[in-house]
Amino acid sequence: MAMKQPTKRRRSAKGQSKPFPPGRYPVVIVGSGPGGLQTSHFLRRLGVEHAVLSADAAPGGMFLRYPLFQRLISWSKPYAPAVRGTRPYAWYDWNSLLSDDQAYQALVPEFMDGSSYFPSRAEMERGLAAFARRARVQVRYGCRWEATRKTGDGFTLSTSDGEYACRAFVLAVGMAEPWKPDVPGLDLVPHYVQTKPPRTYADQHVVILGKRNSGFEVADALLPWARQIILLSPRPALLSIHSHSTAGVRARYLLPYEDHALGGGVFALDAATDRVERTGSAYRVFATGTTRPGDYVFNAGAVIAATGFTTPLQDLRALGLATFNQDRLPALTPFWESTTVPGVFFAGTVTQGAIGLKKHGIPSNSGGVGGFRHNARVLARYLAEKYFAITVPRPTIRPEEVVPYLLSEVARAPELWNQRSYLARVVSFDRRDGIRDEGITPLAHFVDTGGPDAAAIVLETDQTGDHHPAVYTRRGGSVTEHVLPSNPLHNFETSEYHAQLAALLDGLV
Amino acid sequence: MASRVELIDTLAGLALFADLSRPQLEAVAHTFEEEYFADGQRILRQGFSGSNLYVIVSGQAGVHVDGAQRAVLSRGDFFGEISVLLGEPPAADVVAVGPLRCLALPGSDVESFLLTFPRVSYRMLQAEARRVRTANLWR
Repeated sequence: MAMKQPTKRRRSAKGQSKPFPPGRYPVVIVGSGPGGLQTSHFLRRLGVEHAVLSADAAPGGMFLRYPLFQRLISWSKPYAPAVRGTRPYAWYDWNSLLSDDQAYQALVPEFMDGSSYFPSRAEMERGLAAFARRARVQVRYGCRWEATRKTGDGFTLSTSDGEYACRAFVLAVGMAEPWKPDVPGLDLVPHYVQTKPPRTYADQHVVILGKRNSGFEVADALLPWARQIILLSPRPALLSIHSHSTAGVRARYLLPYEDHALGGGVFALDAATDRVERTGSAYRVFATGTTRPGDYVFNAGAVIAATGFTTPLQDLRALGLATFNQDRLPALTPFWESTTVPGVFFAGTVTQGAIGLKKHGIPSNSGGVGGFRHNARVLARYLAEKYFAITVPRPTIRPEEVVPYLLSEVARAPELWNQRSYLARVVSFDRRDGIRDEGITPLAHFVDTGGPDAAAIVLETDQTGDHHPAVYTRRGGSVTEHVLPSNPLHNFETSEYHAQLAALLDGLV
Repeated sequence: MASRVELIDTLAGLALFADLSRPQLEAVAHTFEEEYFADGQRILRQGFSGSNLYVIVSGQAGVHVDGAQRAVLSRGDFFGEISVLLGEPPAADVVAVGPLRCLALPGSDVESFLLTFPRVSYRMLQAEARRVRTANLWR
C-alpha cells in the first residue's frame, strides 16, 4: 500500500517542494540517518502514513561527519559467500540498508573502490543517499525538532517549521552529542570531534582520554606523527576479539595496542583521570592507577577526550523518560519503546538502550547499522499492528518444513547473525490456526511474555567464542532453553542438527 | 544515574565495594555496565545459560522459584553469582519490583574481576556466609 502524501506542500528556496508540512500524522520520525531512513522505508511498505523530519540538509546522519578519520569499522564485502543483493548477503554487508525489494539492497558496495572491505565515510554516505533516492524515502530537511508535549492521544512536536501531532513518535537522532564525564578541567580539553588533522600533532606528547574505539581510532591516526601517545581510562581496554562481539575495540584499531604490548612508546594505562590543568599552551594531566596502584602526572602538548557521545533527548526527560548509562541512553522495551513514556519509540543507534538477554555478557548489536537496520523492520511491523490494526501475513508452514526452515534461518538469516541472542525467528503451533511463521521477534519478548505453543531460534555465542543455535520452546506458557552444539564451519543443517531439533519440537509440530 | 561522581559515591556506599579506593571504584564503575529494568522485567531467568552478575544500585528485585516469590533484594544486594561461579543456569528468576538500576558484569569477567579486587571477593564471601547462616536458622 502506498503512503498517502500530504496535499499541502511548501516550496523551498531552490523551488523544490518540501514534503510533510506541519499537521497531524499517525507517526512522526525525527532523523534522516540510517535509522530514520530504514524505519520510514519499512513503515511505508506496510502502508503506515508518517512524516520524516530532519534538521540536516541531506540524508546520512552521523555519516555526514564521522568517523573522523574517514573509514568505518564494519564490513561490506564486495565478494562474499552469499550472492550480493540476496537476504543472506546482508550478513556480509553490515552497512547497506535493507529492503524487501532487491533493487534497494546492498547499495553500499556499489560505491566502494576496492581499497578496503570497510567502506570509507564518503562511500557510506553515498550508499545511504542512493537508498533514500532510489527507494524514494521522503524527508523534510532543515526542520529542527525543538520541543515535545504529551497530548490525549499522543504527542505534539514543536519544530522550526511548525507543530506536528502524532500518535507515535520515533526518535532516530543517533548518539550525536559529544559527551565528557565531570572531571575537573576536562572542559578545557577538546573532544574527539574537535581532533585536528594528524600532522598537527607532529612531535607532540598526546594524552587520549578513553580506550574505546574512538580513542584507539585517534591513536591509530596519530601513530606516524605523535612523539608519544598515552591512552588513559579506568578499565583495561576491552577488545572485540576477546569479547566475541562488536562491544570492544575493533581489530582495525589494534596497532596502538600492539605498540603498547611491544613497548614501542604507546602506553595504554588503567588510570582514573583526577583533573586536567592548562599550562600555557600545553596541559598537565593528573591520574591515579586503578587495576594497579600509582599516581601519574603527564605533561602533554595535546589532550583529546575520546569519551563518547550521548543522545540528544531534548525535553523528553521532563515527560518522564527514564535513562541509564550515566543518563546517555533511554531505557527501552524489547520493541524500543521508552519503558516510562509509552508512545515514544527509538530507531537507529539509540536502540542499544534495549540490551536484551545479554547472554554470556553480549548485549544487542544495536549500536551499529548492521544490527539496528533489522530492528527498524521489526519496529515498523510492531507499530503497524499495535497502533493501526494492520495485519502482517503470517505464512503457514507444512510440518515437514519446520525443522529445515528453522535450521536454515540460524545458518544464514542476517537478523539472527547481526543480532545474536536478541532477534529470533519464531514459529507458532496452534491447533486451530496451524503452524505459522511469526516472523522475526525480539527474544526477550518471546521468553518473557505468554502466547501459544511456539519455538524461537537464535544464534548465540558462548564465552569461548563458539557460535551455537539456541532454541526456546514454549509449551503451555512455559519457556525452556535448549542450546545446540556449535559447529566449526557453522554448518547447522546436518542430519545431526535435524535430528536434535526434531526431538526438541516433538509434540509441537 | 546523573553523573560519574554520583555513581562513584553510590558505589562507595555499597557493602560489596566498601573497601575500595576511589580510583578502584572508578575502575568498577567502568568495568560494570549500568542497566535499568522496568517494573516486572526479568533480569535472571531460571534455567537459562550464560547469565551475568548483578549488583543493585537502586530499587528492588524479587527472587522467584517456579513462580513463587522467595526473597526480595534491594540496594547493595547482588545476584547471579552462584550461577556464574558454578557455571550452571540460575535456579531462580529475578524480577524487577518497580524501577530497578543494577550494575552488570558478564559472567566470563567475574573471575578476573574478583582476582583483581580480592577485597570484593572477601565481602562477597561474607555476604554468602550470612545467607548460609540465615538459611540454617530457618531449618
